[in-house]
Amino acid sequence: MAAPIIKIDAISKSFGAFKVLDGLSMQVMPGEKLALIGPSGSGKTTILRILMTLERIDGGHIEVEGEQLYHMQREGALVPASERHLTRMRQKIGMVFQLFNLFPHKCVLDNITLAPMLTKGMARAAAEKRAMELLDMVGLADKAKAMPAQLSGGQKQRVAIARALALSPKIMLFDEVTSALDPELVDEVLNVMRKLAAETDMTMLLVTHEMGFAHDFADRVLFFDRGKIVEEGKPDDIFRHPKQERTQSFLKKIIAAGHRV
Amino acid sequence: MEWDWAFVREIMPTLLEGVKITILATILGSALAAVLGLGIALLRRSPNRIVSRTVGFLAEFIRGTPLLVQLYFIFYVLPDFGLLLPPLTAGVIGLGLHYGTYAAEVYRAGIDNVPRGQWEAAKACNLSAGQTWTHIILPQALPPMIPALANYFIAMFKETPLLSAITVLELMNQAKSVANTYYRYIEPITLVGAFFLVISLFSVVLLRWLERRYGKVER
Repeated sequence: MAAPIIKIDAISKSFGAFKVLDGLSMQVMPGEKLALIGPSGSGKTTILRILMTLERIDGGHIEVEGEQLYHMQREGALVPASERHLTRMRQKIGMVFQLFNLFPHKCVLDNITLAPMLTKGMARAAAEKRAMELLDMVGLADKAKAMPAQLSGGQKQRVAIARALALSPKIMLFDEVTSALDPELVDEVLNVMRKLAAETDMTMLLVTHEMGFAHDFADRVLFFDRGKIVEEGKPDDIFRHPKQERTQSFLKKIIAAGHRV
Repeated sequence: MEWDWAFVREIMPTLLEGVKITILATILGSALAAVLGLGIALLRRSPNRIVSRTVGFLAEFIRGTPLLVQLYFIFYVLPDFGLLLPPLTAGVIGLGLHYGTYAAEVYRAGIDNVPRGQWEAAKACNLSAGQTWTHIILPQALPPMIPALANYFIAMFKETPLLSAITVLELMNQAKSVANTYYRYIEPITLVGAFFLVISLFSVVLLRWLERRYGKVER
């Protein structure tokens, strides 16, 4: 069996007095599609943010492709990672945000080409060619020169996905990427993600309230509550036959709230 | 006392010399304030506590003391420490330093107004801190603050008569010297007011245009 691409070992994280994660451990295999579900405040988004180095951990270790994320080896000892080490590690990971976070002062094409040109030294022509391929994949080739403000929420999110892909990460993190969208725009984004899952062997971690999508998309579902993994397993097992009482009551509430399963 | 048009014609060339210096001091002072303000705003955000606290204290100190006192200090006290500056240079430094601390507050507000998500997206795109500032944060923060900065620079323009206290031959100083020579105050001082009024009104029109052009950002 191959080695895990992400190995999280007993990490903890507090915001002030609130302990979000307390000794959490989990592993992700290369190419695996993982859905993280659970009530808000359960720590699932925090895990993605920690993997993207947007939040620091208070304790524990994370390995990505066998290398420490927040630590590095120096003279045989593990020391906190330097900014340079973090920059190198971040190349492996891309993230798509709930609120898109496109750069509003740059057109769609520049949003996508900026990072490859600045961080990988890509020539403009090559970066634009790649960006156009990605825009084609998300179905927005005709919007290359549009400004973000001229796009719908669904279109913005598809551009954001293309922007993250432009850096060719091994791991993609999707943080509630459809939560801010009008219901009729959700499917266009989910379709892009389905296509991505079918056409690439990228490892994907998904925090979502779209239970139906999580069911179809994920290889494995993790149910979080209060910073702990309460239950995990194949989508069918979690959604159709949850064993834990907390999982059952969460899914009941979600269905009652009108989310599709 | 009667208004004397012949006298107006006679002193006009001298006053126009003063107008030139006044405008020059305002432009140079504004440029210096814009650069210093950005420097102060960035240093105050430094993760190094000693740097951010020191710069913060100095900025509060400068903002909390009168410009006139600072001008006297730069022009009359610094020579005691071996730094002798020409009047206009001293004046521009005084204006730039004083208004730079106000500009820093404008920059601070503008930078704080850039949503946190922009910093996070920049990080997810693996941009360095420098790239994040120059490509993401400042291009979004600067345009909305242009009107507020311009406002301060108009205020600075109206404070340039203070430079007459350190012998800069700006408009007010020229007017005073012709007035003292001919013992006629009504024409020179009225003209000083008129010049300031005309230039201010013109600047306000420019400011309104800047507000329309840069005041709001589309997201």
